[in-house]
Amino acid sequence: MDFFFFNLMPYGALDLDYDKKYASANLVLPNSYYDPKEGHKLYTRYMDELEYADELGFDGVCVNEHHQTAYGLMPTPGVIAGALARNTKNAKVCVLGRALPLVNNPLMVAEEFAMLDNITAGRFIAGFVRGLGVEYHAMGVNPAFSLERFHEAHDLVIRAWTETGPFAFEGKHYHLQYVNLWPRPYTQPHPEVWIPSQGSEETIRWAAHPDRKYTYLNVYSPFSAVETFMSMYRRVAEDDYGYEAEDRQLGLAVPIYVAETDEIAAREAKPHIESFFNKFLRIPNELLLPPGYTSISSLKAIALAKREMLGGGKEMERMNELGMFIYGSAATVRARLEEFQDRVGLGQLCTILQFGTLPHELTKKNMEIFATEVIPHFRGRARQVQTEAAE
Amino acid sequence: MPEIKTETLAVRGVELTLRRAGEGPTLLLLHGANGSASWLPIMEALAEHYHVILPDHPGFGDTDQPDWMDNISDVAYFYLDVIEAMGLDSFHLAGHSMGGWIAAEIAIRNATRLKSLTLISAAGIRVDGTPMGDLFAWSPQETVTKAFAQHPFIDQMLAHEPDEAEIETILKNRQMAARLCWSPRLHNPDLKKWLHRLTLPTLILWGDSDGIFPEPYAHAYHALIPGSALEVYKNCGHVPMAEARDAFLSRLTTFTKGAA
Repeated sequence: MDFFFFNLMPYGALDLDYDKKYASANLVLPNSYYDPKEGHKLYTRYMDELEYADELGFDGVCVNEHHQTAYGLMPTPGVIAGALARNTKNAKVCVLGRALPLVNNPLMVAEEFAMLDNITAGRFIAGFVRGLGVEYHAMGVNPAFSLERFHEAHDLVIRAWTETGPFAFEGKHYHLQYVNLWPRPYTQPHPEVWIPSQGSEETIRWAAHPDRKYTYLNVYSPFSAVETFMSMYRRVAEDDYGYEAEDRQLGLAVPIYVAETDEIAAREAKPHIESFFNKFLRIPNELLLPPGYTSISSLKAIALAKREMLGGGKEMERMNELGMFIYGSAATVRARLEEFQDRVGLGQLCTILQFGTLPHELTKKNMEIFATEVIPHFRGRARQVQTEAAE
Repeated sequence: MPEIKTETLAVRGVELTLRRAGEGPTLLLLHGANGSASWLPIMEALAEHYHVILPDHPGFGDTDQPDWMDNISDVAYFYLDVIEAMGLDSFHLAGHSMGGWIAAEIAIRNATRLKSLTLISAAGIRVDGTPMGDLFAWSPQETVTKAFAQHPFIDQMLAHEPDEAEIETILKNRQMAARLCWSPRLHNPDLKKWLHRLTLPTLILWGDSDGIFPEPYAHAYHALIPGSALEVYKNCGHVPMAEARDAFLSRLTTFTKGAA
């Protein structure tokens, strides 16, 4: 299993009482809540943490894209990735990912990623996402065409990376007379591609296709759902596409806090992880799930259950039971991750070791204990498949 | 009471579901983003005066969504085909909200079969400096309070618990409305350039408390369509057929008689 350090770069100085006046830290929270001086300190600190992850021996450092939100301060993740490309030595630089349907010319993404791939001499992973539903409000892009635009933009990027130009791209949403990428990617035929997703059969079938074999990176799902999606990936690969999926094709992104003991971990993590789930990731359904972004059958199930997807009220202990947050001593965390590895054959773990308001000193300690007491345990450890059926 | 009959009509690969009722001059009603629900409560009353036709637009209500229908222009051209297929030669056209936008787009393309045009709380144009409401970001509760001005209606709508079938229709309507209207939001920047071509009798009806398209939208349409008549109802929101029902009925019937 390979280990990645993911920094979402939240606005950690957020006034957490914002929700007395505003429904979400996304889209509707006035940017007067953002203090540029605090912002500068946070960018500096978060980039230090990403660079430190490289020193600590993480296999990769990850950034991503979010718009108009205190949840993540990287509307243009390529800015951070560009700095990391020079200031890291061994870790892969991963942009997980760019929201393809939100851009009006995906060639910009092909170019940006090709630059990163060249600068790092292939030490780069490209992530493609649709973007959160709320980002279709933020960027004015029609969510009903999200999937069409995602697929068309993806095809344009891959063709731009792999075909000799100039050629014309004749799509429904994107029309280009000239596609002729300078620079071409360093990695041949093209950089490694990951697909961060909350899971759907359609996405998994598409990612697992033999033409792609992309790494499916599950984000923010209970482990029971992760297990379902990853088994689906393996089954689709084997039954429908006739190949055995490698562990490297299955990834999980999850916040983790490791400390000296279970008690210390719980005490230190609790306010910060709860700020992450309940304050930074607080989005009413109308903003999170714009019409057309999600299938009618899924929306119907949510409406019938009268369920607010990200309405707050999440407790650390429950998130831990669900496998959406892992905390404890190194032994506890190792045991939990062994279970994940053995149950699904996880090949890539994107650890979110900074979350919500977690301050630098605790983030640093979390990273150090994780790097020295958890990662080495998994070096060379293969999945141990249970031969007995579960009782 | 005139009976409402439901039928389907095959046009361009779409099985269009439509309701008909009454006898008299034909009145084609085009519904808004919320589906035919806004017209249904007044359909029987209209059928006392007209042969009323109320289709579910493609992708709304009981009509399926064709893959090729991507924008309001497609819908307008589709209805020109529907009008020909139905053999409607001389009829009154009325559209509410998004349906008003469709009606205006139909009329600028070909008004030769239209006796009159009525635009009610219509989408289709943008009035700079007066933002329209954000239907797609509001909760169902917020939408009710923006769309209605009078308490009996607000309370009644807020108390209503949709059943599973209704939820499915609401979601289907919202999805198609987003597909057609998300961006540019609920308007066509080019429509303004061509509204001067509407020389047929045109009536604009609006509520002064419309939280979706505020009253300046009514005046903008009025200014853009030469010779149009405008009536704005007091203490009335986005659905004058409900909140100004009697005045609406009497104004529409008088107007269409004059345009016959």
